[in-house]
Amino acid sequence: MKRWPVLLGLAVLALAAGVAVGPADLSLHQVARALGGNGDTATLAIVRDLRLPRTLLAFLVGGSLAVTGAVLQALVRNPLADPYLLGLSGGAGLGAVAAIALGVVGSWGVPLAAAAGALAAIVLVYRLAVVADAVLDTRVLLLAGVVVGSFAAALVGAILALSPAEGLRSALLWLLGGFDGASWTALGIFAVYATVPLALLVRESRMLDLLSLGEEPARFLGADVEPLKRRLYLAASLLTAAAVAVSGIIGFVGLVIPHAVRVLWGARHGSLLPSAFLLGGSLLAAADAVARTAFAPLSLPVGVVTAIVGVPVFAVLVRRWAT
Amino acid sequence: MGDLIFEARGASYRYPGARVDALADVHLAVPAGALVGIVGPNGCGKTTLLGLLLGTRRPTAGTALALGRPASEWRRRDLARRVAVVAQREEPTFPLRVRDAVSLGRYPHVGPYRPFAEADHAAVQAALERADALHLADRWTQTLSGGEWQRVRIARALAQAPEVLVLDEATANLDLRHEMETFELVTDLVRSQGLTGVLVTHHVNLVARFVDVLAVIDGGHVVAAGPPAEVLRRDIVERVFAWPVEITDWRGVPQIVPLMKRGEMAGRAEEQRGNAAARQHEQGAQHGRDGQRGSEDQRG
Repeated sequence: MKRWPVLLGLAVLALAAGVAVGPADLSLHQVARALGGNGDTATLAIVRDLRLPRTLLAFLVGGSLAVTGAVLQALVRNPLADPYLLGLSGGAGLGAVAAIALGVVGSWGVPLAAAAGALAAIVLVYRLAVVADAVLDTRVLLLAGVVVGSFAAALVGAILALSPAEGLRSALLWLLGGFDGASWTALGIFAVYATVPLALLVRESRMLDLLSLGEEPARFLGADVEPLKRRLYLAASLLTAAAVAVSGIIGFVGLVIPHAVRVLWGARHGSLLPSAFLLGGSLLAAADAVARTAFAPLSLPVGVVTAIVGVPVFAVLVRRWAT
Repeated sequence: MGDLIFEARGASYRYPGARVDALADVHLAVPAGALVGIVGPNGCGKTTLLGLLLGTRRPTAGTALALGRPASEWRRRDLARRVAVVAQREEPTFPLRVRDAVSLGRYPHVGPYRPFAEADHAAVQAALERADALHLADRWTQTLSGGEWQRVRIARALAQAPEVLVLDEATANLDLRHEMETFELVTDLVRSQGLTGVLVTHHVNLVARFVDVLAVIDGGHVVAAGPPAEVLRRDIVERVFAWPVEITDWRGVPQIVPLMKRGEMAGRAEEQRGNAAARQHEQGAQHGRDGQRGSEDQRG
């Protein structure tokens, strides 16, 4: 399969679908006119201030999660790694639930608390995994991530058990992930912020190829392994923390998209990372469109959609690959 | 002799937390253009010594030089342009096409960003041919046999266009033909293109037929180093490998024949008693090494 035409085509389709569909019954003609700045105020607001930023944000977050997953899988040399593996989801969940329990309000209160929780988890896991001589032991990194995640989950459980019931549903739904809070402001902040870690990770594509061979062979092929691992871990974690802040915890994309790209087009990171970005972005933008229309006016958590759509596709790919 | 490629001057190394040195006061010189073999029993310190010479470990005492500079002070990329290593084991996490796997050998030259030039593709092609792996070029690495994967890694090392080629037990998985081909390839590169070769192996007889210098490591020391004919003496081999042997001659190169304890020890009753004492002594020393072996295995 020709890679770039397929991926770019999918991206355009997913973005178009994201803007074209929604609970409000607008015709394609109305949507197209609204994008050009024509139409009544309500239509303009729906298309230009709700659907467009929301779809673009879903695309950016999906792409970021897929890139982060690919990087972490190479860093810890484990195909099961995903962006939340390293304690991030636990930390973010704890931050969000604590904020809701403490009655923090405002549209930015919960996301910021989640980001703070994720950052705390990153720092803690990093401290645990750095052993003698500033060596980042990736096996300890995995274990520390699981342990910190479990600890945070226990605290979340305690808060949920002890706090009054109102707000709990919103806390849990927020954790399941979604783009209901999307706006041009959120999109702008995330886009500016995400550019830095994304650029850092893509810059290290060739070093990631080497690291996938193992640390010793990577050294003998010219990689400065220790500083490299620290840079990768911090860039990947900071990117995930921002994704959590704008969209909660969206599973599956970061785990599976990198594998799908490897199965289809190989594992060299120079093309794997951009491909994963496009495919992850397309999947999440399309999944968000489904999430808000399938049961309108109710909406599904987008992570539920990515898993329901993606798991069967992935299972078929893996089966075909294994034979 | 010309310049030295590797030099250990009184180099010692102790693993963090270990009570004894894994390497103690090691002296070894690898001159440019030489083919050097390093042999010794399991856990004797061969891999640790390579770590010092290749700069992945810093000696706890003494110095280890690579190409005239303390080995651990090299930027990895600069060293990788001149020294290629085929290590003992390597499991790729994700499958690659063989040609892509070999092209990783160009990374020290192209760096993180420069696109591959025609010369880089040509180097990959030549390396595949040289290592008899061209017919594998489009295969996925996870479908290769152990021997094929080893040849792909040798091709990757050749793609580095190195001055020095280090094989750390790289022929352990190869059958007779491919092992001989590998040794002959390295010997040919050394003799015809002026490379320097370092072969770490358990196959003492085989390596003795190829190398100029054989270094025997035991208990963290270089116990003998020189032309194989001088080094492979019965007393040295029996002491180091703690097993009775005879040394025979194959066209001027000594070859070790390990003896079966039953039936082949006739006339060596006297010596056997002596050997038994030596062995006991040796085993005592070996116990001291076990701790290090554990840590050496860990780093694989």
